[in-house]
Amino acid sequence: MQTIYILWLRQIKRYFRSKTRIAGSLGQPLLLLLALGFGFGPIYQKAGGGNYIQFLTPGIISMGILFTAVFSGIEIIWDKQFGFLKETLVAPVSRLKIMVGRTLGGGTVAVIQGLIIFIISLIVGFRPMNFHLLLLSFIFMALIAFFFTALGTAIASVLEDMQSFQLIMNFLLMPLFFLSGALFPLQGLPKVIAIVASVNPLSYGVDGLRGTLVNGAHFGLLTDFSVLSIITIIVLVIGGLLFSKIEI
Amino acid sequence: MIKVENLTKKFGDFIAVDNASFSVNKGEIFAFLGPNGAGKTTTIRMLTTLLKPTSGRVLINGNDPVREQNDVRRSFGIVFQDPSLDDELTARENMEFHGVLYDVPKNIREKRIEELLKFVELWDRKSDLVKNFSGGMKRRLEVARGLVHHPKILFLDEPTLGLDPQTRSHIWNYIKNLNKEEKMTVFFTTHYMEEADKVAQKIAIIDHGKIIVQGNPEELKQQTKTTSLEEAFLAFTGKTIREEEISPIERMRMRRRIFRH
Repeated sequence: MQTIYILWLRQIKRYFRSKTRIAGSLGQPLLLLLALGFGFGPIYQKAGGGNYIQFLTPGIISMGILFTAVFSGIEIIWDKQFGFLKETLVAPVSRLKIMVGRTLGGGTVAVIQGLIIFIISLIVGFRPMNFHLLLLSFIFMALIAFFFTALGTAIASVLEDMQSFQLIMNFLLMPLFFLSGALFPLQGLPKVIAIVASVNPLSYGVDGLRGTLVNGAHFGLLTDFSVLSIITIIVLVIGGLLFSKIEI
Repeated sequence: MIKVENLTKKFGDFIAVDNASFSVNKGEIFAFLGPNGAGKTTTIRMLTTLLKPTSGRVLINGNDPVREQNDVRRSFGIVFQDPSLDDELTARENMEFHGVLYDVPKNIREKRIEELLKFVELWDRKSDLVKNFSGGMKRRLEVARGLVHHPKILFLDEPTLGLDPQTRSHIWNYIKNLNKEEKMTVFFTTHYMEEADKVAQKIAIIDHGKIIVQGNPEELKQQTKTTSLEEAFLAFTGKTIREEEISPIERMRMRRRIFRH
């Protein structure tokens, strides 16, 4: 337990010590929230969709969590290059604990990032409709965070250095985000996009968050919750296996 | 304390360590010397559970690094060739992190951290982030960190690389002292031959992955009829610069950049 705690604590300390990173990773989601939210707002309203900021905010929160989470996982590559991973790997500690500690740490950081975006969105004009479901929306934030941190860790276990970073950015994160229903409703989409969105894990996160914050879940909250929980466990196990095979 | 029999490691076609055998007794200071790319670091990685050998047998304090990983890990401390501190943490936090991973009880941990930091003269800087430390300070901190759990064996992979003579002699005095008082076994690599001559009780020279010769510094000098260990080393390993020998590893590293396995 203490091992997991100290690994978790390390991530949290690192997060709060790099203020520039916090600010930097808030920039993109906020820009999207303001530009898209106010830019498409009038059209969305005219098309009968209602208030676009209300619709968009859960999507942007999910995006903030997605990016922070995957990057915390990918940080292992950084650790490999700067040698700190060796210090952890020569210690008499099971690889699974190392993986769990890091995932909890990275996931917590991603949840905090999501909460900051949530608070800022309140200033911008977002109003959550279900206060009694607020706790459940935090659980969805945590699920998104832990799933994608574990995914990042699994990817980082098989990658050697930061050169493949762009690849992950363009072929994983961007498609995950754009094809998740974060920006547009999933109803009445062309078949291909609808299918892609339905196999995209982030769709379920966005949907769950939207369902709890402002209603209108597409898949249903129970489906969202079950899908996310199951794939999180699967990816944790796979990540743990890959991680335990790291040789440096 | 360390027993290595017919240890071999292949990376594809490249043989990094070739049928190496040697042993280190308890309380001995053992120098593992060799030109660049000779297989020193690869050997250390196998002894310290980071890399699985292709074949051969290793015993560290009576345990096998492949099958009894955690027993082996508990028995040694290590200072790596490349820095392995967390720059975003303070000196004290780095030590604390290590102590917790090695399950050192809190009261003992705190006492030892204070002792060790005072010994390497970093106690005044204990709350500074490591990223503000100089190379020598980081090295001293790494040595101190490797000792928090009172290991029976200390591995040092070029511990004094790039340090000034003052820091080098400070670190070595400390390690020699620990060796004498705690009977700690020390296994180290270095490119400074006078350092090995002065400190080591036993030396093995490795080249092209093979152990060429073993013995104490005097024996090596007598065998080659030379007066310094540096000359003896050159007599054993030749004067060619080893760039060609590193390139297979380097090439492999580049190939492995994208996918690890």
